[in-house]
Parts: sequence; structure tokens; C-alpha cells
Amino acid sequence: MIEIKLEKRPPPSKIEALIYSKISVAFALFVSGVILKVYGVDPVEAYKIIAFNVFGSIPGISETIVKSIPLALCGVGLTVAYRAKIWNIGAEGQLLLGAIAATGVALFTGDLPPYLLVPLMFLAGFAAGAMWGAIPAFLKAFFNVNEVIVTTMMNYIAIELVRYLIYGPWRGSKEWGYPITDEIPDAAKLICIPGTRIHIATLILAIASSILVYILITRTTFGFEIRVAGGNPEAAKYAGISYVKVVLLSMIISGGLAGLAGTGEIAGIHYRLRYPESISMGYGFTAIIVAWLARLNPILVIVTSLFFGGLLVGGYVMKMMLGLPVAMVNIFNGATLLSVLLCELMLQYKVKLKIERRKLT
Amino acid sequence: MEAKIPLSHFISGENKLSLNLNQHSHQAIRNEEYVVEMRGIVKRFLDVIANDHVDFKLKKGEIHALLGENGAGKTTLMNILYGIYMPDEGEIYVDGKLVEIRSPRDAIKLGIGMVHQHFMLVETLSVAENLAMGLKTSFLNPAEEVKLKVKDVMEKYGLKVNLDAKVWQLSTGEKQRIEILKAICRGAKILILDEPTSVLTPGEVRELFKFLRRMASEGKSIVFVTHKLKEVMEISDRVTVLRKGKVVGVMETSKTNEYELAKLMVGREVVFELEKAPSKLTDPQLKVEKLNVLGDRGQLAVKDVSFEVRGGEIYGIAGVAGNGQRELVEAIAGLRKVVSGKIYIGGVDVTNSGPSSVIKLGVAFIPEDRKMGFVPNMSVAENLVLKKYRENPFSNRFFLNYDAIEGYAKKLIEEYKIATPSEKALAKLLSGGNIQRLILARELSSGSEVIIAVHPTYGLDVGSTEYVRRLLLKRRSEGVAILLISEDLDEILSLSDRIAVMFEGRIVGELPCEKADIETLGLMMSGAYERR
Repeated sequence: MIEIKLEKRPPPSKIEALIYSKISVAFALFVSGVILKVYGVDPVEAYKIIAFNVFGSIPGISETIVKSIPLALCGVGLTVAYRAKIWNIGAEGQLLLGAIAATGVALFTGDLPPYLLVPLMFLAGFAAGAMWGAIPAFLKAFFNVNEVIVTTMMNYIAIELVRYLIYGPWRGSKEWGYPITDEIPDAAKLICIPGTRIHIATLILAIASSILVYILITRTTFGFEIRVAGGNPEAAKYAGISYVKVVLLSMIISGGLAGLAGTGEIAGIHYRLRYPESISMGYGFTAIIVAWLARLNPILVIVTSLFFGGLLVGGYVMKMMLGLPVAMVNIFNGATLLSVLLCELMLQYKVKLKIERRKLT
Repeated sequence: MEAKIPLSHFISGENKLSLNLNQHSHQAIRNEEYVVEMRGIVKRFLDVIANDHVDFKLKKGEIHALLGENGAGKTTLMNILYGIYMPDEGEIYVDGKLVEIRSPRDAIKLGIGMVHQHFMLVETLSVAENLAMGLKTSFLNPAEEVKLKVKDVMEKYGLKVNLDAKVWQLSTGEKQRIEILKAICRGAKILILDEPTSVLTPGEVRELFKFLRRMASEGKSIVFVTHKLKEVMEISDRVTVLRKGKVVGVMETSKTNEYELAKLMVGREVVFELEKAPSKLTDPQLKVEKLNVLGDRGQLAVKDVSFEVRGGEIYGIAGVAGNGQRELVEAIAGLRKVVSGKIYIGGVDVTNSGPSSVIKLGVAFIPEDRKMGFVPNMSVAENLVLKKYRENPFSNRFFLNYDAIEGYAKKLIEEYKIATPSEKALAKLLSGGNIQRLILARELSSGSEVIIAVHPTYGLDVGSTEYVRRLLLKRRSEGVAILLISEDLDEILSLSDRIAVMFEGRIVGELPCEKADIETLGLMMSGAYERR
């Protein structure tokens, strides 16, 4: 008889945690490899090509960074909400709201110099994302409405809002009727590292926000309140911590950072509002995995967002160079999420296999 | 007409059991006098050794007390016997045969039943339905079938419960009875009771003891886990004393006394009587006027309660749990809305003004539910400043000062003897008793004006209890107003200056300490006083 028993284990050291995450990634690669094999592609060859084009060449690396910027911003924001145990599923919608606000500012504020226009776009993007996050927070704090449902549904409202704008009032006058807005003025476009599409301002914002949020969570009184409220809501109430404040502020930060990501995508990549799925490709959803894979540590989010940025680029490579369907990327993401969960289990529990032996004495 | 169904009918897998035992039949048969013999049991948790080569022998038909302080390893040992943990070393013999108990299911098959401190009942189901769970019954309407059987058992042992009542409607004492019934229905010959009296009123304790004796005389063997010396003396035939995971004494109860047991258990002499010096009374620090508060189900849980507590005074409220005490203190602490009435702290009206303003006025609150008082995933140091992190020097308006926080924590850890690897360790790694110390350290250390202490020594061992009571008396002599809520009448009597009794949401009477005794208070707690 074989019995599987889970026993609580001591909290892992940092090195152990790192080793387990590596194992879980290897496991995900293995699972995806089996699927590739079944599909008729040699996984080793495929991984080689993917690795070269993702991490092994300058254009590959730069594209990976481009994709990881919005992931990092959304991911860092989500760590704040998740630390407070507020399940924000709405980063995608908050990002799109940021994109809308940034486009609006760029198109309709007249001739402003770049040093005014760009900060104004980021401010508007942050404010719009924060507002989109504050609505479910408000409903949760005052009416105890489940934030998972509200944030999820508000993604669809945001998506449809973008569609409405590009088909309706904001449809470009110089775009021959295509459902896109006019291009934003040059003053609104972000400066890129030469030869790449890496928009410097957003990259700096992503790194800065990760450090600032880390300090916010670990070193400030508000971070303390977030951790108490997330760790034990009863104790937060008992200690006189305002739950309304924690919910509202953490969702404002979370949504605002996603809004910055949306601004970056408009001002750094697309230069106009277009189909929602072209602007975001699900960054706000992938960021959920990014945040959890980083164990809700905003500094580690930089690392995990690079990893998922790489996966996204890898998806292109698979599509373009290996002729594989887009679904493979989803399989990659899915397999990784599963192994993260497994890894999490391994970090918390000792798995004991017991095989019963008959005692013969 | 009642159909008689043999008890064994309900015990699933009994046949399998006999097969298992045959496997070991070639083992040397051990002394038949003992129904359970645990030999050389060792259990380690990480670096901590919870049971260090423990021997434990249970005779047939005896009530055996397992005595020890918190963390002495009593519950661990019994969890091993019940199959919740596997021992790292050691052997267990049941009825003289070597057995391996891998899960509670194995234990139940061997006739071992356990009643935990926290009940494992489904609140929304009826008593009969709860009893039917885990028994082999017919597919349709199992509760009816169980009822017939259970009635016999209830009559035999004098355990009376209304089988049709929903569990949530019952008192704690009744819930415990269901747990005992459940164990017996599953065929338990050996019954383990883990701190059974900690949740009961004095009257319920007497009831419990009565049917424990009856069960013992019917040949059931009972392990009574406790840290209360009085109960050991009152109920047990033999006693095994554990200290720090080791057996320090096994003796017949009739040949020992409380002082010897206390010394064995704690490892030093213990003072039972506390000296209560007269203290100077000041103005009322806490005043409650005609307070009405709703309970969780929307019923009126506190009805027209008025009292005042002066500085330098301990005001005790006795009463069976669930008579409005929890709602009352939560209202005072600002955690629960007041329907009508007023609460004043130091003369300031704080009615419905929220917990933070109450905290600012210097109210310390030791909550009934320890889970409310700490954050498991934060460090001991952070938990110790849970209510003070906004104050200098622990933070300026925005940034926390971890040097100050950790320095302060180190001081409290030493002063209150909190056993923790370091101030940076997560609070969830502490044992229950040490979490209690952490909460007490935080609440009792600061210059508060009012202390609300709900069961402050609940679950603490003799040594710590003595310490906490001394501390409360010290704060009293410093002029702090203390509201003490406890079900432990000894505690209320030894600490309070005035004693009130709560019954069904009302204060049914108030006595100065000198005029109060256990009998009167017990009568008032049962509601008889009011009706008289």
C-alpha cells in the first residue's frame, strides 16, 4: 500500500526557494516539451531557437524587455493588492484605461512641449487606472461586494470602451476609416534606446516603482497596515486599522501602476489607440502569474516579468520560425502556472511517500 | 417498539481490523492489565522535542489524568495515540498487541476515541445527523436509525442530549457530550479527553465528572488531559505528569496531593494564594450606561447593561460563555456597533467611535479569541507593536523604525519570557501559550488607563497563570481600571474587587468580593438567582 502524506515543513531558505522555482520552471519546460514532441517538433531544437531569439541576441533581448515593461508595472501593482488579500483580477482593464487617458491627453491638449506632455500623459494614465481600481475597492469597502467579480467584469467594460472610442468618437480622421485613432503628436512619443523599441521613461518607471513599492510594503506604516490587513483582517480591525483606507489605497496604487503600463504602450509602442487586444495582449492577466511567481515580492517581479516577457517573445518565435500555433504560448503559460502551484506546495509541505512493509520478526 | 441493533453494526471495517491484528499475533503478548501501553515514544517537531522517550500505561476501567504545563507534550502524546501524528520512535500496544496507528481511522478501529478541545461538529446539522456521520448506516435517513441506537447509550451513561436539536443551538457542554457520544457510538473503549473542562461551567464540569465515573465503572478507560490540579485530584485514579516532553512522575492520585503535583509539573514551588493589597480607588475610568448591543445573528445580546470601573479596581464579570460577554467587550473596544446606551472612557464618550479612538484613549484589550490578537505571517516584533506602530519612536508619520521596534520587542520578549527563536521570527511559529504571552506582553506593558482582559489565563499553565495574575494585580495597584471577564470562578474570586454575573445579556447581580462565593456565583450564572 502506498500512502501520500503532506506534512508541514519549516519555511524554506532563500536558496531552497530559488532551487524549487528552478525545478518548477524545468518541469514546465519538460511538460511543454512533451507536447511539442507530440506535435512533431524536436523540443531541444525548438528550445535552442527560442532561447537564441529571446535571450541570446540583442534584438531578442530588447523585445523581451519591451514585453516585460508592462508586465512589471502591472505585476508590481498587483503585489500591493495581493499583499492586502484583495484579489485584483482587473489589471488588464486598468491598463486599458491608462491607455485611453494617455491617448486622450496626447490628442486633445494642443501643442505642449514634450517635457510637459509626457508627464501629463503618465499622470492621466495613473489617475485613470487608479480610478478603475478604486471603483471595485469602493464597492468592497462599503458594500462588501466581491472584488474578484467586479474587477473581472470591469475588464470587459474597459475593452468595450476602447472599441467604442476607436469605432466612434475617436476614430482617426486621417486613417481611411480604420478603427484606430490618429497618431499622437511627436511631442508625446517616448524616446527609445537607439535601435530598439525599449521606451526609456516607462522602463525607469517600472524599475523605480518596483523599488518604491518594496519600500512601501516593508518599511512604511501604510505597508504595515497592508500586511496586517492581508495577514489577518480581524487583527487589523482589532488594532484600529482602517480597512476602507487599506482597500482603497492599495487598489489605487495597483490600478495606477497598471495605468502607467497602458500609457507606456501608447506613448512608446503604438502611438495611437487601437484594438484592445493589440494594445495589451493580456498583460494584465499574465501579470497575475508574474506577481505570484515573484512570491509577491515587487523586486522579484522584475525577474519574473522578464521571464514571461521572454515567453511572449518565444511565442512569436514559435509562430514565425517554427510555424507553431499561438496556443503553444498558452500551453507554456498554463504549464508554468501549474508548476508554480506545485512548487508552492513543495515549499510549504514535505511530501511523504510511505510504502507499507510487513514486519517479519 | 425499539429495534435493537448491535453496536458493532455501526463500526465500519471491524473485520479488517481483526486481520490487521492477526499479523502481529506472533508478537509477545504484553501485560494484559493495560489496555494501552506506549513505550519510549519520541516525537520531534523540527528542532523541538515534544515527546522524549515517554512511557504511558492505561489500565482498564481507570480514569488516568495526563498532567502537564503548556508545551509539556500532553496533546502531542495523545495525538500520537489517536493516529494524528506518527511517532519518530517507540511502540504502542493496545490490549497487549503491538499496533501501528497511522490515522484516526486506525485508532477508531482499535476502539480509541478522542474528544478534542475544539469540537469537530457540523453546526447546521442536527445532533442525530452529526452522530450518523462516520458510522455505517443505511443509505436513506441514517439519522433515524442512529437515534434508536444512541438512546440506549444515553441511558446507560446518563448522557442526555436532545437529538433533534441543531448543533448551533446547543451550549458548549452539550456539544462536548455529543463528541463523547460520537466516540462511544463508534465503539470507543478508550476515551481521550483533551482539556475537557476548559470550556465548561462549574455545573457542567460536575455533570461531566459524573458520567466519566459512570463510564469508567462500565469498563471504559479514560485519559483526562489537563493542566488543572484540582481536577486531577477530584476525578482521576492515577496520574502521569509530563514536563518538557518527559515523564516526571506516575502515581496513584490518592497517594499524592496538589502541592506535590504542582512541584512536579512546574519544577519548582508554586504559590497558590495571591496577596491582594488594598488599592487607592480613583475616578471611574470606564463607564457603561444602559448598553444594548446586537449579537452575530441580529439578536439582542447585551441588554441594558450598566456598570463603572474605577482606577485601581478589578471589576470581574462572571458568566457562562455566550451570555453576552463577548458582545459587551467588543462594543467597549469599538469593534461592535452599539444600538443604544453610552460608553465612556476616562470621561470621554466613545460610543460607536471605532477601535482606533478607543486605543488612543489607552484601552488595552486581551481578546477572547487569540486569533484576533496577532498576525501569523508577521514577525514577533511587528506583532508586539501592532497597536503602537504609529507612535514615536516606532515610526515617524510615514516610515517605520525597525531598530526601535526590534529593540522594544527584545525587551518585551525577555520581560514576558516569550519563547521565540528571535524577535524576527514569524508569530505563527510560536506555540499557543507563547502567542498568549505575546498578546499579554503587548496589552499589559504599555501605560494604559483601562485593561479589558477576557480569559487572560485561558490555556496558560500554572506558572504563567500565576505570573499573569500578579501582573494584573500590579497594574491595579498602579491605578489602572481593569475589566476582567472569565468563566474561571477561582480567577474571578481571587482577583476581583467587585463581581458581576451576566446571564442572557443582563447583569443579574453584583457582589463585593468579600460576599461572593462559588456557590452563589454558580447559582447566578445558571440564571436560577434571577428567577428566585
